[in-house]
Amino acid sequence: MTRIRLNDVLLVVAPIFLALFFTTVILLAVGASPWDAYRNILAGAFESPEKIADVVAACVPLVLCGVGMCITFTAGQWNVGVEGQIILGALFATWVARNLLWPQAPVLTLMLLAGMLGGALWGVIAALLKIYGNVHEIFGGLGLNYVAQGLAIWLIFNPWRPADGATMSGTDPFPDPAWMPRLAHLRVSPLAVILALLAVVVVYFLLRGTRWGLELRAMGKNFRSAYLLGVPSTPRLLTAFAACGALAGLAGAIRCSARYGRMIPDIAGGQGYLSLLVALLAVSRPQWVPFIAFFFAAVGVGSPRLELNMHLDSSLGGVLRASMVLAVMMVAGLRMLLNQRRARAAGETPSQDVVESGDAAG
Amino acid sequence: MRVEIVDLHKHFGPVRANDGVSLTLETGSIHGLLGENGAGKSTLMKCLSGYQLPDRGTIRVDGQTVVFSSPSEAIQHGIGMLHQDPLDFPQMRVLDNFLLAFDRRMLPNRRRGRAILRELGERFQFALDPEAEVTSLTIGERQQLEILRLLALGAQVIILDEPTTGISAPQKIKLFATLRRLAEEEGRSVVFVSHKLAEVESLCDRVTVLRQGRVTGEVEMPCSVERMVVLMFGRHIPPAECKRVELGPPVLRVEQATIPSYRLTVQDAGIEVRAGEVVGLAGLEGSGQRLFLRACAGLERVAAGRVHLGGQEMTAAPYRRFLAAGVAYVPANRLEEGLVGELTVTEHVALVNRSGPFFIDWPATREQAMAQIQHFNVIGRPESPVSALSGGNQQRLLLALLPAGLRLLLMEHPTRGLDVESARWIWQQLMARREEGTAIVFISADLDELLEYSDRIVVFFGGQMSAPLPACDTTVEQLGYLIAGRERDKETR
Amino acid sequence: MEFDFIVRTLASMVFSSTPVVLAAIGETISEKSGVINLSLDGSIALSAMTGFAVAFTTGSVTLGILAAMMVGALVALLVAFSCLTLRQEQVAVGFVLTMLCTELADFLGNPFVRRPGPSVPPMPIPYLCDIPFLGPILFRHNAMVYLSFLVVVAAWWWIARTQPGLKLQGVGERPESAFARGVDVNLLRYVYTIVGGALVGLAGAAYSLSIKLGWSHGHTTGIGWIALAIVIFGGWTPWRVAIGAYFFALLKALGSILQRNPAFEGVPTQIFSSAPFALMIFALLLLSSKGVDRVLALFPPQIARRLDRLIRGRAPGGLGRTFVQE
Repeated sequence: MTRIRLNDVLLVVAPIFLALFFTTVILLAVGASPWDAYRNILAGAFESPEKIADVVAACVPLVLCGVGMCITFTAGQWNVGVEGQIILGALFATWVARNLLWPQAPVLTLMLLAGMLGGALWGVIAALLKIYGNVHEIFGGLGLNYVAQGLAIWLIFNPWRPADGATMSGTDPFPDPAWMPRLAHLRVSPLAVILALLAVVVVYFLLRGTRWGLELRAMGKNFRSAYLLGVPSTPRLLTAFAACGALAGLAGAIRCSARYGRMIPDIAGGQGYLSLLVALLAVSRPQWVPFIAFFFAAVGVGSPRLELNMHLDSSLGGVLRASMVLAVMMVAGLRMLLNQRRARAAGETPSQDVVESGDAAG
Repeated sequence: MRVEIVDLHKHFGPVRANDGVSLTLETGSIHGLLGENGAGKSTLMKCLSGYQLPDRGTIRVDGQTVVFSSPSEAIQHGIGMLHQDPLDFPQMRVLDNFLLAFDRRMLPNRRRGRAILRELGERFQFALDPEAEVTSLTIGERQQLEILRLLALGAQVIILDEPTTGISAPQKIKLFATLRRLAEEEGRSVVFVSHKLAEVESLCDRVTVLRQGRVTGEVEMPCSVERMVVLMFGRHIPPAECKRVELGPPVLRVEQATIPSYRLTVQDAGIEVRAGEVVGLAGLEGSGQRLFLRACAGLERVAAGRVHLGGQEMTAAPYRRFLAAGVAYVPANRLEEGLVGELTVTEHVALVNRSGPFFIDWPATREQAMAQIQHFNVIGRPESPVSALSGGNQQRLLLALLPAGLRLLLMEHPTRGLDVESARWIWQQLMARREEGTAIVFISADLDELLEYSDRIVVFFGGQMSAPLPACDTTVEQLGYLIAGRERDKETR
Repeated sequence: MEFDFIVRTLASMVFSSTPVVLAAIGETISEKSGVINLSLDGSIALSAMTGFAVAFTTGSVTLGILAAMMVGALVALLVAFSCLTLRQEQVAVGFVLTMLCTELADFLGNPFVRRPGPSVPPMPIPYLCDIPFLGPILFRHNAMVYLSFLVVVAAWWWIARTQPGLKLQGVGERPESAFARGVDVNLLRYVYTIVGGALVGLAGAAYSLSIKLGWSHGHTTGIGWIALAIVIFGGWTPWRVAIGAYFFALLKALGSILQRNPAFEGVPTQIFSSAPFALMIFALLLLSSKGVDRVLALFPPQIARRLDRLIRGRAPGGLGRTFVQE
């Protein structure tokens, strides 16, 4: 019993050490002090209430997209189009903010709903391409990301051009009611945080306790069997992509309303790809997403300090995050390999090999 | 070449696939290896041909002890195996298949390869087009290619694992002639692995019978069928009796259906199946029977013609509507198409309960799963992932998941890969369903199964569907020739 | 003038397609053996950065190219180890490595951003470059471009004509059968994944030392994904993959021509530079859609099959599947 527990602890701790070891080697290679680098990242993320608030704010889109991605991963889909879904959500929300000059509560509600609609729409397009276009969702999603990016740039440079000329810094700031209220002077919006946590709870129950979640799981594990067992795969795929797109679109709406207060071309900022790492690390379990997202956000908020204080590129944070995910995979693989070796040494063969060839050929 | 296997053991966990098997193969003879599915025949042959390492035991070739850690080491010692599903490369050409790892030079000599292939082919009257892609060949032709390749590699002992599954009667005759020639004229040893008594009886010189991993007897042919049956099963099994059932109203009516696909188009297929009737679909793999069966469930597009279900037009309806109309489709590859290996039994029960509530009541579902497990004798627990169940238990689970009161049950190979006991049990369940009025249409490659359980049989050849034959007036022979598309052969010979 | 314009456009198409050709051929080789190396986009970035950094520091372009190839091979080794030995999902590993390599390239490449450095010198091939029309298009480039021609021909010859090539096909097509014939499946998969990775590294060097000189953030973004799409577009056949790569380069060339057209003045340049990516992916989409099946079904079956093979080609049967010996 204790051995198993020790094993599980190792499974969590070993990848962290591996990833830290890797980044340490990288830092030593460029002649920087690893100690200083890690201290700077930590300080950059947690030294003041303002910074901690930034980390929490940065968590929000990662959590929303991360749990969204858990849905599509459960259905066995690589929804790489999340980046574009964020952009579409932001575009829809921007349209509301620019055109409806109402009081704050209805405008914000509509912006968030419009954002979800936009993201869901883009998600559904990706799903339709997959279902009727027969192309792998990775390529469909990437293509749609380019299209969304192009659309955003065109809108910002033409119909939404600021009076003093279009630049990559985006549209004019939104009117005041379209800004999400923040907590005191901090750059975090309590409403956004609540929405993100709510998303975690809802997705958790949807995947665990409902037919919909079970059907997605069946599809993800074996598409053909699920279909023959009566899972209506087309509607389920569409709803899975729509749900993930809606969450990503919500993240986009929140990013432009709470963070920038305007639409910018780089509104997605790689959050889509990052949340894919989050979902991978969470192994499609929504309850883990907030913790992983918090860690990712802390690294993200802390890393720019490297540029200021040590003249290092802030992408070290990205290296740390990605190498951690890779390390988790490799440790899991190594453990499986060791278990198998041990089983073989003990003269046991894994159960799937106990198949008479007559069965296997059938 | 004389091959001896002495006291061979091979265990998989608690399963003793081979438990002290000894066997001697003499030069120039055809040695039969008989036993029901799961008796350990395949494991023994895999150990002999280098696919698996035995846990214990000795293999001697001409008196010398050998250890094979891979199939290529076995073939270097002259032992080659032809698998039930030939281990070739479907998307590559025949010639490339032949040359791969054969001509060991950097640049394989294609002209020489073609010449060897032609020469060997002529010797056995195999006509293989070197430029054809392997996917376009029948299983029989793919076997021929593998046999030629093994011979070209200098195999002195050729092992064939259930080679007659999926080939036509004329191909079988040709195969048997080839095997006799290899043994009698060329002095090679042939090991013929089978669970079919009639084939072993007509072909082999000596037969070793395995049961539950042990040798239960070795007999010289000819030998009485009764004796072999007792050795195989440990008791005498009486043939099942043919029962007639009152048929109900028509359930399925297909009229002049055209079902197109890349490889093959089924044309002008029509049949009427009545409630309580069992219709068997025969034919070589890929002759159109599977397309037809899938079209009956709305899984394949019907380009022309009509499909009626209980008087309702269902021609272009999607699979969902067929499901709702009381049709069920059970595929052959259980873990690939039938069940989701990673999900548990309980989860499967919840999954097929399509009218269940949106929020699943897990404790109640578990109870239900428990009841199903008991009722259908599944060896497993509600929490077991179905990939951990054995093939027979997976098939039982598939039956357990079918809703009650089905109108039409469509099955691919209902008993493929199952041992005799399980197969019998499966058919008992199916027969109980037909008594309740479910019409059953099934595909099988096993002619005995087709004749034993069907009321009528239709044969597919190259996308053409034969007129239905009453099973009682049809013989295995007739069926074999129809499957090969040679109805007139009986008259010309 | 018209003629001259066409020649110039085609010549620049051939020149600028070098990295895509090399990367797509590299990926074709590893996918032929059954391994999807999805890390291309990151792998190219990291090797482009390394190639430039090494060439910049040592002053030797050759050393830069070799270093880039090493990096590509190393990333591929990591893919092979994680997928073949540790049996992790190939797509997941590839994706994570894409992110890791991209970030790593940005971090390590920081000191080299926008620094002028050495490049592969132009080297017109005497006599051949004077052939009218074809000469300027094909033979007035540098060694990297000629190398990409060579790689396409060599890859085709190796896969289709040699015994090791047959084994390569077999390992990817049906590993069980290859094993039965004494081929060490996982060893070959390791070897070809690494060889493919080295070519991907070469593609990175072709980028930073030949096409778009130097290094900056997001320097090579998108090239890897395009190369991956082109492998499918080209049906895993080297010469068709090369055609796909040239087609993409042509789209890019057309993009920059249109951009200079006064009719499109108001359109931001970013759209012209990213449109080819979207177009290429949708071209792929069009080819693999079920609509094509419907059209093909109109032909007699034999012709339909030929046409299908001509425009699509099939993935190796064992692609993405780990082989476990019994």
